[in-house]
Order: sequence, then structure tokens, then C-alpha cells
Amino acid sequence: MKSFTYERATSPAQAAAIVARTPGAKFLGGGTNLLDLMKLEIETPTHLVDVQDLKLDRIEKTREGGLRIGALVTNTALSADERVRRDYGVLARAIQAGASGQLRNKATTAGNLLQRTRCPYFYDPNMPCNKRKPGSGCSAIGGYSRQLAVVGSSDKCIATYPGDMAQAMRVLDAAVETVKADGTTRAIPIADFHRLPGDRPEIDNVLERGELITGIALPKPLGGQHFYQKVRDRASYAFALVSVAAVIQKDGSGRVSFGGVAHKPWRVAAADAALPQGAQAVAQRAFAEARPTEDNRFKIPLATRALASVIAQAKAPRA
Amino acid sequence: MVSGSAEFEISRRGVLACSGAAVALTAVPAEAQGPTAAAAPATLPVTLTVNGTRHDLTLDTRTTLLDTLREHLHLTGTKKGCDHGQCGACTVIVNGERINSCLSLAVQHQGDKVTTIEGLGTPDKLHPMQAAFVKHDGFQCGYCTPGQICSAVSVLDEIRRGIPSHVQADLTEKPGFTNIEMRERMSGNICRCGAYSNILDAMSDVAGERA
Repeated sequence: MKSFTYERATSPAQAAAIVARTPGAKFLGGGTNLLDLMKLEIETPTHLVDVQDLKLDRIEKTREGGLRIGALVTNTALSADERVRRDYGVLARAIQAGASGQLRNKATTAGNLLQRTRCPYFYDPNMPCNKRKPGSGCSAIGGYSRQLAVVGSSDKCIATYPGDMAQAMRVLDAAVETVKADGTTRAIPIADFHRLPGDRPEIDNVLERGELITGIALPKPLGGQHFYQKVRDRASYAFALVSVAAVIQKDGSGRVSFGGVAHKPWRVAAADAALPQGAQAVAQRAFAEARPTEDNRFKIPLATRALASVIAQAKAPRA
Repeated sequence: MVSGSAEFEISRRGVLACSGAAVALTAVPAEAQGPTAAAAPATLPVTLTVNGTRHDLTLDTRTTLLDTLREHLHLTGTKKGCDHGQCGACTVIVNGERINSCLSLAVQHQGDKVTTIEGLGTPDKLHPMQAAFVKHDGFQCGYCTPGQICSAVSVLDEIRRGIPSHVQADLTEKPGFTNIEMRERMSGNICRCGAYSNILDAMSDVAGERA
């Protein structure tokens, strides 16, 4: 690991200002992904600004009847919150489907959104990777791509966004609240937060340098039945091959986001609209522009069947 | 080295500690004397309470909580497996919650209370979970065991506190001390010897006494 200096920020705006003006500085939340990457020298910050003292660890009601989740609320605390379990089941389920108990105890809400891809070539410093080293090439295209993106990818990068929580946030139309170095704040719709790789796969999201996530706002509850169906290589503690976050209403309408298939949570308006017609109709629209590799072509029928299973559960009489 | 001394009792740990020191002695000056040596690594004071004892340390900022426990406090019960949060061998309990000590910097834990396997029980007075692991043969080589036991103690506490899990049918209900709940919650602790079923027996035994 490269040497770095460390300080604890005392306010969100101060933290943002320090990172904006200090070359090589990064925010440190729980650290469960950043430390992992620093040990491999994939991330090499020269200064860490620890935000743990910023009191962003509360879940509060909003005036609009929703919830505001502080950036530092741990994954365990968020998925255990009574209001989240009752009104935002898809979110509780998605978090519980990710990582391990130890990691969820330390990992933060903001950090979960910001976790980096698990593409094996991003993680291997000996191999070219446009996300890790811009311009070096993509080893995954033509390489081992079983876990990687089938849709929204580019000729520069076929990495996926690996997280589960953000799939639920996407279905719930959450907003990512931030503060910038000059103290101004903004709310970024989750739909616009993560980028597609395009020609700049090294940029995962739309945050500006020094812009700090302070919380995530959930609109008022949607009602309906909430599902998070994750398909992976082992029954627990593995990243998704595909996942389906869904909220389905009594009349069969609803919302669906697919995980493990793209560089961002993959939700398509036309696909949502096709929910009453069944999984095949949704998948045809969600994956209309898919460009899978030979190794990951299986993800499209797998995602379709995962959604079919969710729709069947929604139709089944409640026990 | 004092290996010629008749009184010196050679243990595997002693040999490892000595050879570790020898490596450190040869490596550090070479780096420090280099003509292009970078600025000295940043250090910071850190205070931790480990197993009830307060420690005031000055550490390189890069030092993980795991390396602080093992290399600075010589509490070698906590093990380094993958060093990337994938195996759970480094699991310790910080302020009442289990975490991977390899994925945390010591400087993040200023003022925190840490419990390691050495703090759960002693050879003379085992923690009930330690005793249950012995009774049910919940290990083979033993390397993952301190992490398994710290995790197992926390898992029972998490179920008792009603922390929900992936295998829960109804999100609004309290979880039970069932086999499937414990299996799911222990998935962050890998055992290369495959002692899983005996670990589950040990946990069920302790959970049964609590229920």
C-alpha cells in the first residue's frame, strides 16, 4: 500500500473542500472497498479524509412522506430499520442479499453506491484495463467475460456495476444528495448517478471532484409487493450473475431494475410498461440493445427467468 | 538469537516472531538509506481498548486493525487469511459488532473497544462458544477458528437483536435461531477444512442454552 496522510473531517462542506483542493485526496467511509483496492495499489490516494464523525448516520422522515438515509448509515442498520423493512422491502432485501455480515456492519450507504467494479481485469494490475489505466485497453473483451456486462457496454469497457443496494434504489427512484466544495448542495436522481462506460470507463458516476454524498432520499412508499431475486454462483456471499429488483402492484404493473448486467442499475421505461405482459415482454425491451459475449449470453435468459419467478411469486396467493 | 540458551523453549510462534524481526531489520535500513528515499511514512497516535486493556500506540497510517492486533499488540489469535475481506479469518468484534479487521485502518478506530478471541475466554475459562467448538469438533486445522468463533458469538447476538437476513421469509418478523439462519449469517467465514456442519452444531448448542 502507498503511504498516505489522514485526517478526520468535522463538517460535510469542510470534507468536500479538503478533497477538492488536495491532489490525490479521497474520502474514507467504511473503507471496505477502498482498503481492498489500496492494498492492490489500484487506488493510490495520498491523503484520506475520514468522514465518520460527520453525524450522517441517521434515517429520518422527509416532509414529502419519504425517508432520508444518512450517507454513513451502515448496510446492517439500513436493512434492519423498521420503516425500511415495512415500506421499502426491496431495499432491505437487496442489502441482505449482498456481501457478508461483517462487511454489512462496516460498509456505508454512500460507499455501497460508490463501490467499484469486480471485473477480474480491473483487479489484476498486470493486465490492461481502461477503467484502471485509461487508454491501456480492455482485457475483458475477448477475455474471461462470464460475469460482465451484456448491455450498455462500449468498445472500451464491459465492466458491471456490482452492487445490490443500488438496484433497489433505482426501482424506488431515490435521489443522491451531495455537497460540493463551495458548500452548494444538489440532489442527483439515481437514474443519472451512475454512468455508462462510453469512451471514459474510468469515470463511474457524475460526482465532481470533492463532491461528497451526504444522504439518499427515498420518495414516499410505493406500496405493492417488493422483491429482490439474486442469482449467483453460491447461495450466499457472492456477486450477482444477474439480479432483479422489482415492485409489483396488484394490477400487475410495476417497476423492475436488473443487476449484474450493465455498468449501472439497468431499468428501462418501456420494459417497466411491459410488466403486465410478463417476463419475456419485459426482457425483450430491457435487453433490446444487448451486446453479450459468447461467455455471458446466458445472462439474458437467466434474467428473464429470474423475473418470471418474481412475477409468479407476486401472483401467488399470500400465505 | 538466543537459540543456544538451554532455558530457551523453542515454540513455532517464537521462531516465527524472531524471523519476522530479522526480515524487518534487513528491510527497513535499505529503504531508508536509498538515495531517492521518499518522505518518512505518515504516522499518527491511536488509542484502542482491546479486551479491556487500553493501548496508546503510534502507527503508520497504513496499518490495518488486523496488523495492529497481531504485529503491535502481539495478539496473534486473530488470523490473516486473504487480507481482502473474503475469508473472515480476521473477524473481531468492535464496539459490539463483528467486522473484518483486515479491511479497517487502525486510525479509523480511535477510542474503539475491540474484542478478539483472546478476550472472549481463556484456556482456563472458555467462552461457551469456545467450549462448544471443542465439544462438537468445530474445526480441523484451526486457522479460521478464531474468526469463526468471533463471528458465531456475534451471529447469535444479531439474531437476538432481530437483525434481519437474506433467508427470512417475512421481513417484519423476528428471526429465529434456526440452522438456515445461522448458515446464511456465517457465510463470510470460510473454512478450508469444511468443518461447517460441526460449527453449526456448536452454534445450535449455545443458542439452545440461550433460547
